[in-house]
Amino acid sequence: MTTFNLLEPAKVAALVFVAAILQVTIFSEIDILGGYPDVVLLTLVAIALLRGSVYGAAAGFFAGLLVDTATLATLGLTSLLLTIAGYWIGRYGETTGRDRGHAPFVSVAVATVLVQFGALILHYLLGDTVSARRVLLEALPPKVALNLLLTLPVYALTRRLLGLGAAPETATEVRLLG
Amino acid sequence: MQHRNRSARIAVLGSPAPRSRPVGSSSRSSTAVKRRIVAGVLVLLSLVMITIYFREPAGGGLHGVQGAGATVLRPFEVGANRVASPFRDAYGWFAGLIHAKSENAELRAKLDRLRAQYIQSSTALAENEDLKRQLHYQQLPAFPGDFDPVNAEVVGRPPSEFDQQVTIAAGSTSGIRLDDAVVTADGLVGKVSAVTGHQAQVTLLTDPNLSVSALDFDTNAVGIVSHGEGSGTLTLDRVKKSAVVREGDSIVTQGWKLRGIASIYPKNIPIGYVSGATNSELELYWNVQISPSVHFDSLHSVIVLVPKRRP
Repeated sequence: MTTFNLLEPAKVAALVFVAAILQVTIFSEIDILGGYPDVVLLTLVAIALLRGSVYGAAAGFFAGLLVDTATLATLGLTSLLLTIAGYWIGRYGETTGRDRGHAPFVSVAVATVLVQFGALILHYLLGDTVSARRVLLEALPPKVALNLLLTLPVYALTRRLLGLGAAPETATEVRLLG
Repeated sequence: MQHRNRSARIAVLGSPAPRSRPVGSSSRSSTAVKRRIVAGVLVLLSLVMITIYFREPAGGGLHGVQGAGATVLRPFEVGANRVASPFRDAYGWFAGLIHAKSENAELRAKLDRLRAQYIQSSTALAENEDLKRQLHYQQLPAFPGDFDPVNAEVVGRPPSEFDQQVTIAAGSTSGIRLDDAVVTADGLVGKVSAVTGHQAQVTLLTDPNLSVSALDFDTNAVGIVSHGEGSGTLTLDRVKKSAVVREGDSIVTQGWKLRGIASIYPKNIPIGYVSGATNSELELYWNVQISPSVHFDSLHSVIVLVPKRRP
């Protein structure tokens, strides 16, 4: 019989909570070349890759809820985007990206772009006036670059805080079994 | 050297015999179903929240829950801001030091000019007050005399480029209401767009959904200030070609009143100065770019103008 460990979700929730608070207070202010890093997304990517799609989806939902509550923004909007992002990254981690050294970087780059596109579409659907040029051409490239710069430290820190120790040896070739 | 038995593998793969079902496949499929259910429920919940939040009025249930949540999160946000404050100050100090020398000479020249202007303005102001008294002149609530300033710390910024809003650590308990004007010592910041008991959301002037009727202080040209093309820039639109706009002119709020409807922004709050103005034959209006007085990227505290008398 498997026992459900409550410590694990508590750790994930604490991580997401700290990331969300840091994002809305500090990181959203660090404007470099028109963009700023998204530590919530970085933490979510790390959690989803290390813990799988269910944790990814749940952490994404919780992170979005915190961010929308703290900034008094439309409740559910960030949750929707981050739930999908968390689930997708989790699935990637469980399948193709398992034990791959480049998986966090690929996930962060793709998730940043897709979340930005998703947010743009949702804002349009909700009738907000948004500048696609500002969001996609001016803010997105520096955001992707900043997120990629922070991927390794955030991933390593999350891994350590979740008690997973050092990274396993990454697969370098496909082995045929049998 | 290792050799693989390729012929044997092909024979096995090519045989029509049915393969045995892998051990534990039912448990794997049930895990997959659970996984999809969890993700589906969370996505559905998010969609339900968006729909309710979007459709309900500002005082609705979900808004109330969000307000309560924001109140709970406030101490954490204030704490994080306090911890970051020394680092932020140190960065600001070093950044300021780089420009200090060139700025010093520029400011000295400006100070000399302003001293002369101050003497002239003081005399004009005294005359103006005297004439108003004699004429029993009626006017709109003036800034800052007719407002109670509520100083509030900025505790949250949106984590995306879509929202030009900040969250401040003061709400309805401090007398703040929806649409109250928000300023800093430098000029106009924006207006209050959402209020909870102890927090409020301020939509910045750089938000695409916000426009302010404004005035060229030097030439009295009237227009509407809205967000500009670049990040953190503003434009003055709808300025008639017959009006005069010059580079360096100060732009302030107009503060109009028409048939009982008044602008939410008091008169003469600085917005910025004209950084560029072009007058093309093909366009109906001036194309005016404004450099804002307020640095929207580094807002740490703001002043909410709470009217002493509400209509």
